[in-house]
Amino acid sequence: MATHALELKHIKKSWGAVQVIHGIDLAIEEGEFVVFVGPSGCGKSTLLRLIAGLDDPTSGDILLQDKRVNNVPASERGLSMVFQSYALYPHMSVRSNLSFGLENLRMAKEEIDRRVNDAAKLLQIEMLLDRRPGQLSGGQRQRVAIGRAIVREPQIFLFDEPLSNLDAELRLQMRVEIANLHAELGNTMIYVTHDQVEAMTMANRIVVLRGGRIEQVGKPLDLYNRPVNKFVAGFLGAPQMNFLAGKIAPDGKLTMDCGLQMPVQLGETLVETMPCTLGLRPETIGVSLEGAGDMVVKVQNFEQLGAVTYIYTAFPNGETLTVQLAQQIPLKRGQEIGVTFDPERFHIFAGEGERALELKGRALA
Amino acid sequence: MGIATFLTRTRGSADKAERIGAADVMAYCYLALGVFIILVPVLWTFFSSVKPERAVDSFDTRLLPYAQVETDVPGEGDKTTWIYTDDNGNETVVFKAGPTRKETDVAPIDDPTNVFKVPRTQLAPNEEIRIATENYLDPILKRNGQTNFTFFTYLFNSVFVTVMATLITLLINAMAAFALSKYRFRGRLTFTILIVATLLIPSSIILVSLFFVVWSFGIFGSLWGVIIPAAATPTGVFLLRQYMLTIPDELLEAARMDAASEWRIFWRIVLPLSLPALSVLAILSVIWRWNDFLWPLIVLISDPSAHTLQIGLTTFSGEFDSDFHYILAMTVVSLIPITLVFVWLQRFITTGIATSGLK
Repeated sequence: MATHALELKHIKKSWGAVQVIHGIDLAIEEGEFVVFVGPSGCGKSTLLRLIAGLDDPTSGDILLQDKRVNNVPASERGLSMVFQSYALYPHMSVRSNLSFGLENLRMAKEEIDRRVNDAAKLLQIEMLLDRRPGQLSGGQRQRVAIGRAIVREPQIFLFDEPLSNLDAELRLQMRVEIANLHAELGNTMIYVTHDQVEAMTMANRIVVLRGGRIEQVGKPLDLYNRPVNKFVAGFLGAPQMNFLAGKIAPDGKLTMDCGLQMPVQLGETLVETMPCTLGLRPETIGVSLEGAGDMVVKVQNFEQLGAVTYIYTAFPNGETLTVQLAQQIPLKRGQEIGVTFDPERFHIFAGEGERALELKGRALA
Repeated sequence: MGIATFLTRTRGSADKAERIGAADVMAYCYLALGVFIILVPVLWTFFSSVKPERAVDSFDTRLLPYAQVETDVPGEGDKTTWIYTDDNGNETVVFKAGPTRKETDVAPIDDPTNVFKVPRTQLAPNEEIRIATENYLDPILKRNGQTNFTFFTYLFNSVFVTVMATLITLLINAMAAFALSKYRFRGRLTFTILIVATLLIPSSIILVSLFFVVWSFGIFGSLWGVIIPAAATPTGVFLLRQYMLTIPDELLEAARMDAASEWRIFWRIVLPLSLPALSVLAILSVIWRWNDFLWPLIVLISDPSAHTLQIGLTTFSGEFDSDFHYILAMTVVSLIPITLVFVWLQRFITTGIATSGLK
């Protein structure tokens, strides 16, 4: 059996009578950058705290390098964590903040100095070493918090929504820096966020969580292209995937509430005609200003960003459709335009848990 | 910022702050009254402590220390001097050559043999302003028969009791508060309430049982018998617990991730961050222990060499006579350390707020 950096087996967690984690199984390999993503309350932070050892699972096993660590306290697991609030020690200088963890390990002074200086150089915080956290800006504190994790040279880095307190520009910058850091250090990293853009851009593998359960695990583009259910499909991607309500017959004929009728090639057999949701990525929809195409929709609003154009339209029955075009076109509000759909790129969700139906020529992830 | 600027501040924003309004007047009157009420007893003690014994005993209410001049009269010894004003308004410095009667025998100090009678009403004390340093120096240097008051022993005992008791109080109260505020265990609220509830019991109620406890532990009569029973204070535990509740749990978790033991978390993270509350408790504890009288009196009564300053002061109160000038002077001396401690510690009370490092 191969050694996993981290393995979770049937992890469950309850707070009193409320169960927040419903049996999670997951293996993370050495050097992976794994992102836990999900809406707030999905249990992603709880899961991270269980891995860190800050909370104990109600049942199930946590294995680090194939060793069960359920009873190993957080201080002895050899992991390091970057907190959402940074949690820098306010009464210590940046240098002491970085060296505190190493002093706890009774490391030699020269080694501590070397590691602190290396980390400071890597994160470009050398000139801040003698300041207190209170004298730093948000981005600088973020770096110090990451530095404190780096100096430990841990088996696994844990990040708990580390960028959510930063403004948009800094967030973008730090996102790139953390990704670079991972490339440079090659450590295993587990990153928790509710921001699907962070998940898509940074992860080797994304774990989508909802309500304490794993919805889907996979590479970012696999999840994007072949989501297993409507939740994952809707969660990843901006603008969000369009969802249209309708019915699907066993022969693959789609009859949508908006009036669209199209056949698709089902890769599985349905017993009867059933209600379904059609998922359309905004960038898969074609536009015709002359009104030609599969359907005619009315432009309600649009955003011209130069490189891309977002068109927010509505069907006659009121269902909305967002279209993303990689070009500039002249538009007016209230204008009627034709839209064309590509059945090859449909996602059809039906049945229990609104799972994705298998379509011919496209295996599910 | 000068004291003048500070004392002439007015309410309102910067542009309107120049005008003195009714609210300013009332505020300053109220503050002045507060200062007056708090300061008068202290100042009165201080001014009285530098008055000579005779002035203190005769309830001389003048603010300045007036002392009657004593002169060495040849052949008569030290005599207190009086000023005799005759009918023409001429003044002569005299001393009383006999008992004070309606017509008193007096003699001029430069001519002691020339005794003559003057009406008592025409004699006034010959006074000078003199600071009675002997009130301070006699007990401290054991002059003028003040051998029972061993100042430096008392001072050492007081300092020892205060310092040790305060250190122990801070340590164990902080540890209790840390557990009660940062660990989750069954009954922690019950324990907190139980500890705070002991505030409702006056110390004099448990005096006898406390006496037996101290006796059976064999520390009766020693300074530790004063220090240890007073070390755990419900006020301190409650004060520190409430403060530690405001320290974010994430800091402790960060320290745990940093491989810190629980003791190190307490010592390196929680204690430094609780400095403002610790300073408050230190000030309170120093005041309590320094001023404590009843309990040290009970524990230490049999051994004068173990007396604290506050017990020592009672040596000046006799059954028939109290040396109030010494009591006052030594009271002032005993106020000095506590004042210095307050001045030093009060700086830390406000610093904690400014150094918060979370977002």
